[in-house]
Amino acid sequence: MLTSLKPASDPVRQTAARRPRGRRHGATPYHFILPAFLIYAAFLLYPLGRAVHLSLFEWDGLSLATFVGLDNYVSLLSDERLKGAFGHALVFVFFFAVLPVGIGLVLAAVLTRARVRGLPMFRTIVFLPQVIAMVVVAVAWRQIYAPDGVLNRTLRWAGLDSLTRAWLGDYTFSLPAVGLIGTWVTTGLVTVLLLAGMAKIPSEQFESARLDGAGAMREFFAIIVPAVRAEVTVALTLTIVVSLKTFDLVYVTTSGGPGSSTTVPSYEVYRRAFELGEVGSAAAVGVALTVLIFVISFLVNRIGDRISS
Amino acid sequence: MKVRRTERLLNYFVLIIFSLIVLAPIFTIVVGAFAPADAKAAQQGSFHPENFLTAWHEGRFGQYMTTSVLVAIVVVTLTVVLSLFSGYAFGTMTFRGREVLFYTFLLGIMIPAEAVVIPLFFDLRSLGLTDTIWAVALPQVAQSVAFGTYWMRTYFKGVSPSILDAARMDGATPQRILWSILVPMGRPAITTMVVLVFMWTWNEFLIPLVMSPTGAFRTAPLGLAFFQGQYTQGTALLAAGAVLVALPVVMLYFILQRHFIKGMLEGSIKE
Repeated sequence: MLTSLKPASDPVRQTAARRPRGRRHGATPYHFILPAFLIYAAFLLYPLGRAVHLSLFEWDGLSLATFVGLDNYVSLLSDERLKGAFGHALVFVFFFAVLPVGIGLVLAAVLTRARVRGLPMFRTIVFLPQVIAMVVVAVAWRQIYAPDGVLNRTLRWAGLDSLTRAWLGDYTFSLPAVGLIGTWVTTGLVTVLLLAGMAKIPSEQFESARLDGAGAMREFFAIIVPAVRAEVTVALTLTIVVSLKTFDLVYVTTSGGPGSSTTVPSYEVYRRAFELGEVGSAAAVGVALTVLIFVISFLVNRIGDRISS
Repeated sequence: MKVRRTERLLNYFVLIIFSLIVLAPIFTIVVGAFAPADAKAAQQGSFHPENFLTAWHEGRFGQYMTTSVLVAIVVVTLTVVLSLFSGYAFGTMTFRGREVLFYTFLLGIMIPAEAVVIPLFFDLRSLGLTDTIWAVALPQVAQSVAFGTYWMRTYFKGVSPSILDAARMDGATPQRILWSILVPMGRPAITTMVVLVFMWTWNEFLIPLVMSPTGAFRTAPLGLAFFQGQYTQGTALLAAGAVLVALPVVMLYFILQRHFIKGMLEGSIKE
């Protein structure tokens, strides 16, 4: 491959190329980065700054904006609906992140202990929800949760008629019902991630633990869990961010209802900006959500680092 | 490692149960897609593959899928080219401000679309760009380029410096080194990136929802959400539409699943 390259005739470039390591590349790297940076800055960084700016105004998207300082942020703490939205986001953190990591740890540990056959196929299957559009997932689960859907039909068939209900229209059960869809989506990813981590544990560690007479429980807490701390951190960060950003799932399954019982920050951003004409408030919710994502990711990683050291 | 037979059996049991839990909802929607769409169809039997055709026409999925393909082509092409350039610079060159610039890009992986979509909409609207492919595609390019820069940098950092030095000795220009040596060598890493960016773009919901208020550039997932709004009575056509929307990515997943799994696992693990 290299021989096909023509030697440069430009002597200046040739000496530049022969300079020892650690040389400067002049303007070249900046030329290579510039196109990516321009699009990134124009469509992500600049809008983020604009969102912060917008969040300090009261604006309906059409007429003149009024500067209101931090009022939009204050209402994050006073508006019941917004407080509820952030509360629901935390409930989703449990269903999207904590529960899947718990299930994934046990599941992956069970599968690691005994090298069963068919693991690659299992990986393919449990990973599948990750690649299906959330809208499709939402449509599928809406049909399952429907008053005459699979879930209620199964309950009736089992003679548990008293348990049947309109799951997504229920003030108490709609939030966990939507949350469990999240559990269904993320558990596979988490399990595959943890399986990869556990595969790196040398089998001598299990052997010696068993010689010492350690049971499955001790093995789990003394060997497996400490060995996959890094993977747990990654899995938590990833799924927490997903749970905090959930929009399409709520939009399609419940639109935040019944009442405001399943609304989440990202849905409030959309509703406020494009349905209610409260653009400033929507921007404030978006900025708060960004800060929350940054803080939680940072904390999870800090805690992960501290436990490992 | 010795494990008792009962435990082994138990493990297979666990494997099967979990696979079933994952597959059941998918199975429900696929079976639902073949069910009779109305009472008249129910009289003619219980297997109705023609639902897909009906849904395709009534839900205008032909049009929405075409839009999705166009958006995906723009996003994937731009992301790959731009990320190759930036990843090449970050991974193989030393220059002032490298760390700061790189972390600025990394930040982009975490910025949620929810925060930027509002100002983007109002700014692009005043430029007359909403309801164009650019309003739908470019914000997604920005998001994907943040990941792509990180992903390609990891690949370029792993390339042996002696290859680069040899090429430079031969007088190859940086462009030449990138396109004739590094890109062919990095095909697996690039494929993974293409596959992931395609999936994210195809499945994206919020950005196309906001950026195309009249629906002129409605992508397939949005088409499905609107189809659901129209079709409140029958579930069969809706299920058929859902299968149509999911199919392209799912098929690609079965062909290139290594790339999907590897990409999503390694892409999330920091160095």
